[in-house]
Amino acid sequence: MKRNIHVTVNGVSYDVVCSENATLVSLLREELGLTGTKEGCGAGECGACTVIFNGEPVNSCMVMAMEAEGAEIYTIESEAKNGRLSDLQQSFLDHNALQCGFCTPGMIMSARALLNRNPHPSKEEILEAMEGNLCRCTGYETILAAVQAIAGE
Amino acid sequence: MEKNYQYIGQSIQRHDGVDKVTGTAAYVGDLKMNGLLQARVKTSPYAHANIISIDTGKAEALPGVRAVITGRQGAAKLGIYMVDRSIIATDKVRHYGEVVAAVAAVDAETAQKAVDLIEVEYEPLPAVLDVKEAIKPESPLVHEKLGEYAHVKGVFFPIPGTNVASNIKIRKGNTEEAFKKADLIIENTYEQPQVFHIPLETHGTIVQWSPGDKIKIYSSSQSPFSIRDLFSVAFNLPKTNIEVNVSYVGGGFGGKSGIHMEPLVGLLSRAAGGQPVKLIPQREEECATLPCRQGLVARIKTGVTKEGRIIAEEAEYLWDAGAYADYGVNIGRAGAVTGCGPYDIENVKVDSKTVYTNHVFGTAYRGFGHPEVFFGIERQRDLIAKALNMDPTEFRLKNLLMPGSKTITGELITENTGRVDLCLKQVAEAIGLNTPYTEEEKAQWAKQGKYRAKAAAVLQKSPAMPTWSASSALLQMNEDGTMRLSVGGVDYGQGTYTVMKQIVAERLDFPIEKVSISPTINTNLSPYDWQTVASRMTVLCGVAVCEACDDLKEQILELGSIILRAAKHEVALKDEYVYVKQNPHQRVHLCNMAMGYTFENGNAIGGPLIGRGKSIAQGLTNLDAETGQGKTALDWTYGAHAVEIEVDKKTGDIDILHMVSSLDIGQVMNAALLRGQVVGGALQGIGTTFYEAVHYDEQGRLLTRNFTDYKIPTFRDVPKKVEVLNVETPQLDGPYGARGCGEHPLISVTSVIANALANATGEEFLDLPLSADRVYLRLNEHKKG
Repeated sequence: MKRNIHVTVNGVSYDVVCSENATLVSLLREELGLTGTKEGCGAGECGACTVIFNGEPVNSCMVMAMEAEGAEIYTIESEAKNGRLSDLQQSFLDHNALQCGFCTPGMIMSARALLNRNPHPSKEEILEAMEGNLCRCTGYETILAAVQAIAGE
Repeated sequence: MEKNYQYIGQSIQRHDGVDKVTGTAAYVGDLKMNGLLQARVKTSPYAHANIISIDTGKAEALPGVRAVITGRQGAAKLGIYMVDRSIIATDKVRHYGEVVAAVAAVDAETAQKAVDLIEVEYEPLPAVLDVKEAIKPESPLVHEKLGEYAHVKGVFFPIPGTNVASNIKIRKGNTEEAFKKADLIIENTYEQPQVFHIPLETHGTIVQWSPGDKIKIYSSSQSPFSIRDLFSVAFNLPKTNIEVNVSYVGGGFGGKSGIHMEPLVGLLSRAAGGQPVKLIPQREEECATLPCRQGLVARIKTGVTKEGRIIAEEAEYLWDAGAYADYGVNIGRAGAVTGCGPYDIENVKVDSKTVYTNHVFGTAYRGFGHPEVFFGIERQRDLIAKALNMDPTEFRLKNLLMPGSKTITGELITENTGRVDLCLKQVAEAIGLNTPYTEEEKAQWAKQGKYRAKAAAVLQKSPAMPTWSASSALLQMNEDGTMRLSVGGVDYGQGTYTVMKQIVAERLDFPIEKVSISPTINTNLSPYDWQTVASRMTVLCGVAVCEACDDLKEQILELGSIILRAAKHEVALKDEYVYVKQNPHQRVHLCNMAMGYTFENGNAIGGPLIGRGKSIAQGLTNLDAETGQGKTALDWTYGAHAVEIEVDKKTGDIDILHMVSSLDIGQVMNAALLRGQVVGGALQGIGTTFYEAVHYDEQGRLLTRNFTDYKIPTFRDVPKKVEVLNVETPQLDGPYGARGCGEHPLISVTSVIANALANATGEEFLDLPLSADRVYLRLNEHKKG
């Protein structure tokens, strides 16, 4: 069964038709073409698909597209504005906080969700917010440093 | 040696960073094209079973299904070294998760429904689940026709009629006689389970097999040219018919080298009339269907004198290759070549057997062969030192390879090879290995139920690759005097392309921001490179890039000398100008020469400037079949780790308080990227040490199929402090003296932590993982005893 849903993504409102059992990540990637959000496990275990859903970070593979009716969603594509990188993106570059890059959008969105509700998180608060985001390449230290630099702690 | 580099060694920002932080970097899963179909696979629920029948009727009848294939279409065999793996299982399945059928449909949901409608009847067979059983004459065979399989002759040695896919022998001196002279003989068996690579992106593949056998492949791969090669061999097609594209790759760690899903997806596309087909393996399939790292049972027997000299060592390595040894036979070979570690031992006997079982099959994994054998080797060294009542660092230093030593394959170590002893001394000093804890400290920790200890371990690795492994590079100028570099290897995050750009900038005294490199390899457009594996890119691709720079520079100077009306030796290149050395104001900018130079009257000379470079490993030989003597090492990167750990008696948890790693990489090319490799590799090794292990049930069905059952390190598992040190003994045939370093940080992490655990608690673990539950139980047993 297909259904029509209305959703606001990165400030743009969309009316899209999607399958009733589609996930939010497939809505974003397949229907809206926002492929910056990655899917690493399909089971809510790796955090690669993290987006901000009504202010909260969620694993978009674990949210049904139908639940996004009326929701306000932010993805990695919302970070850079007018061709300029966001502070977090720049900080990830400056700290070499990425290698293969597949986890990077999810990392940045988890960090963004945290910074939105707490602009100056402690190291422990950063770890708590981001421990669900897996990275197999970097060993995490540069990612932590990149977020800490913006948190100003 | 005085070094005054502008770019080499600097922490230049990675070339691919902006694409990756913005999410615009397109991985295979992100690609869309007209008529793209989605694929799903049907996999075996048995570890070992005959396939009696497959009924695909209902699946084919489902609306939206465009192609269904089984082993009838996919019987062709694949393998980079041992051609033993059908594209789709034919008569029988050999591991849980093996593909028995595949579907392409208009969308993934339909493809999955069709897969569920395929009915397969199996006849279960006794499963071979333990290498020690698998080598017994009475064991069931995983491959009855091993003797008929094509393989690289003279390099790998299968034993038909057994489960041994290859047996590599190293013989040096006479161990039997030497053991008689030993004051002490120590023999232990070390066991390690299989582990998963876990790239965050699975093996995404798109193939379009158009009518006329024109094939276009997009793959998440480390090996575009090897895919082309193996695909052309499997289907007997000329290489001109096959185009392989590799762009951004979400992690590989060796698991994306060689050939994987490309032939299967190709067959689906051909069956679907040439529409492109995309397969994005699910995480469960990444675990069960795609390969893992082999397990290892290592029996090591060492004879030493009371003065602490190792005079003989015998090792028997039994590799749990799983169902196929496609790439796996080379792991057994790599493990043999490195089989006693970086030690000078006169009498050596190594037997390294790649053994088929009905487990998920193994393949290359970061440093393959080495992290596995080094667990045993470096545990054994500490155990010997304890038995001799000797300091383990002192014991190692008495035995390590030095200039003038010979390796176990007879290769002479020179003053240019690298210095493992210096790496060991560096980490020992940095961690304070010789600074004992005070009684007060120990009492303080004991009160909290904690133990602390330190330890060290050494490592080595040379690239495990064919003797003819080659790279090439093209350096072309753009109209504005900027440059574009093309290579054939893949940068899947390790930073190779950034380092290659640094080489261009350094070599041509040229602004690095004016050098571009494409993130996409296309086998029709890119220069050849064998595969991006073995920590070989910095060295082999780096040498090719140096040569391309030199070639371009020659052309620039030649053209410049004509323009400036000077002899070639009178002109030089700097800051984007060719100038007359004596009169630097007589000069011409590269942008006026890039596509040729035009004189005022319109006459033009030159033409587009293209630098060419190539490299091939120098002087390598195959190993003698009986003695294993020969030269396999392009370069040896040596290293050492030291750790300080804290063990919690109440939980069995181990905290790494401090880790120090040192590698002799000849020349640091990019300090930030190097640290990224070391810290990332070390954490991967920490995962292998503490919890990563592939588990099966008693019938060989895979139990670890997701991130809940198979945990990898998180933000919480990072050591409290990591120091990255270097020794720089230049590799004379490496670019700027550099050696590879991508794999090495993972090697000996398990052993150094297990050594520290033994020092902290007295518990000598000879197997992995050192999970909290196992450590806790051992500490408690000990208490009761």
